[in-house]
Amino acid sequence: MFQPLPESPAQAGTAPGRLRLLMLLGPALAIILLFFGGGIFLGILQALGYRPGAGGGSLSLSHFAAVFTDPDFSTSLLMTLYIATVSTLAAALCSLPLALLLTRLAATSSWINVILQIPLTVPHLVIGICISLLLSPAGLVSRLLSWSGLIAGPAAFPLLVNDTWSVGILLSYIWKEIPFITFMLVAILKNSGQELEEAAQTLGASPWQRFRHVTLPLLAPNLRGACLIVFAFSFGAFELPFLLGKTFPMVLPVWAYRNYSDVDLMARPEGIAIGLIIAAVVICAILLSQGLTRMTSRQGTAR
Amino acid sequence: MSGRRFLGLAILLLVLLPFVPLLLWSVSEQWFYPGLLPQKFGLRSWSYIFSTASSQIAGGLVQSIGLSGVTTCLSLLIGIPAGRALGLYSFAGKRLIALLLLLPVIVPPLCVSMGLHLWFIRLGLAETFFGVVLVHLSFCLPYTIFVLWGVFADYNPEFEEQARCLGAGRLQTLVRVTLPFIFPGLCLAALFSFLLSWSQYLSTLIIGGGKLLTLPILLFSLMDSGDRPVAAAVSLLFVLPALLVLLANGRLLGRQGLSGVR
Repeated sequence: MFQPLPESPAQAGTAPGRLRLLMLLGPALAIILLFFGGGIFLGILQALGYRPGAGGGSLSLSHFAAVFTDPDFSTSLLMTLYIATVSTLAAALCSLPLALLLTRLAATSSWINVILQIPLTVPHLVIGICISLLLSPAGLVSRLLSWSGLIAGPAAFPLLVNDTWSVGILLSYIWKEIPFITFMLVAILKNSGQELEEAAQTLGASPWQRFRHVTLPLLAPNLRGACLIVFAFSFGAFELPFLLGKTFPMVLPVWAYRNYSDVDLMARPEGIAIGLIIAAVVICAILLSQGLTRMTSRQGTAR
Repeated sequence: MSGRRFLGLAILLLVLLPFVPLLLWSVSEQWFYPGLLPQKFGLRSWSYIFSTASSQIAGGLVQSIGLSGVTTCLSLLIGIPAGRALGLYSFAGKRLIALLLLLPVIVPPLCVSMGLHLWFIRLGLAETFFGVVLVHLSFCLPYTIFVLWGVFADYNPEFEEQARCLGAGRLQTLVRVTLPFIFPGLCLAALFSFLLSWSQYLSTLIIGGGKLLTLPILLFSLMDSGDRPVAAAVSLLFVLPALLVLLANGRLLGRQGLSGVR
């Protein structure tokens, strides 16, 4: 996902002094180590039962065990995986043709580009409110159907918010994520897509061959990177499921916060443990995806 | 109709559709089902925002702008040198350092905030503006570094040497040579960082402990209270500054938009 970019040609290879590197990288490393690393480290300690106020206490895995043996854990995990996976895949499937169309129609530098950037600036909370006002049983779409005589009333409108299939949550994520993935793809297509495809066309490749063997491999690294970022975000996000989700099953981030903010302070370490499990799942997903890519690229060279 | 215009209209429709109910609710005073439009239009919610609850809402707006502004400035200040080091030089341990600096992009802020909370209470940073800035910085900074790494990978530092040879001072070189070169990327990094901090809810709530009333925190409590017209109006207020930043950025970048990200 984060392959090192090539260094600037003028300076590649020249190693600056250690002191200068430390001056450049030191502040950033300090902030990340202290507040990100520190947060994770202290979270692990607390989830293991360490209580700073109460003389420490002994470390144990009992809070993690309590989470894993909770009968609702597996449904919660599946629900979170379902929302993150389906929204990411759907957004990617829409972004791929959209990016190709935008570059082909040379629309990347027109007003269309500005319009497409709007969802990037809209907070998840606001799109959640919009979708709820649009798709809830008394929302605008239901009013439209009822006004035109297609349904009898709010009760006849299919449940799309706080529903079993999380349609409202999925649509909100897809609306937010398509522009992000599309811009990641357009950045590549604008630089090198056109020429390579023309070369393939001269060599007699069909449109499908050109897409499958030229354009798709060109886009693959950015597509994968964008999808992983989007997956990681939606797997750990709280706002949309909290606003548009059912009360049961809860997605993991909502469950984690419920425990953390419980009046019973003993539930707090369990909340932190769920937070750490979320982080672990996301990191595993990224490692898995990297492993798969390495395997498929090896197959490609073997052939 | 040309294909391009058709595509443009389709995108326009899909992007703006969710805002239709928001706009209608914000100017409605009475809107019973199944009315397609409000039975009674009025500016009750807007007058509530700007007079009845103006101190609270304006306070939230100022708090949010201040928080995102300070976070963005700090993350540029710290991110520029780091992006420069990653973009220009190769050195031992670069992969590991890059991984460490970018890891917070994928780990949810929820996790970090819960871990830090207790420590921040002991340090007296909980429920303070600066404490929340530090938490926001822990996940805004990686995005800034990621964008600036790409910017400096395309940057040629020889221009700086030439300027120095021609007698420019350090400050002059920075202002007249370096900054103009990296300006578009800098704007993009600032935009990312601002938007990320602007829309944070949970980390602000955990570390701010309900004392720091930013717009998202106000909006959540408004949604709970069920006053739809006011919630809709505040939502519009919440979208507006970010939209203005985007448009300003689009102007500054000569409509290049996000094409600089690699």
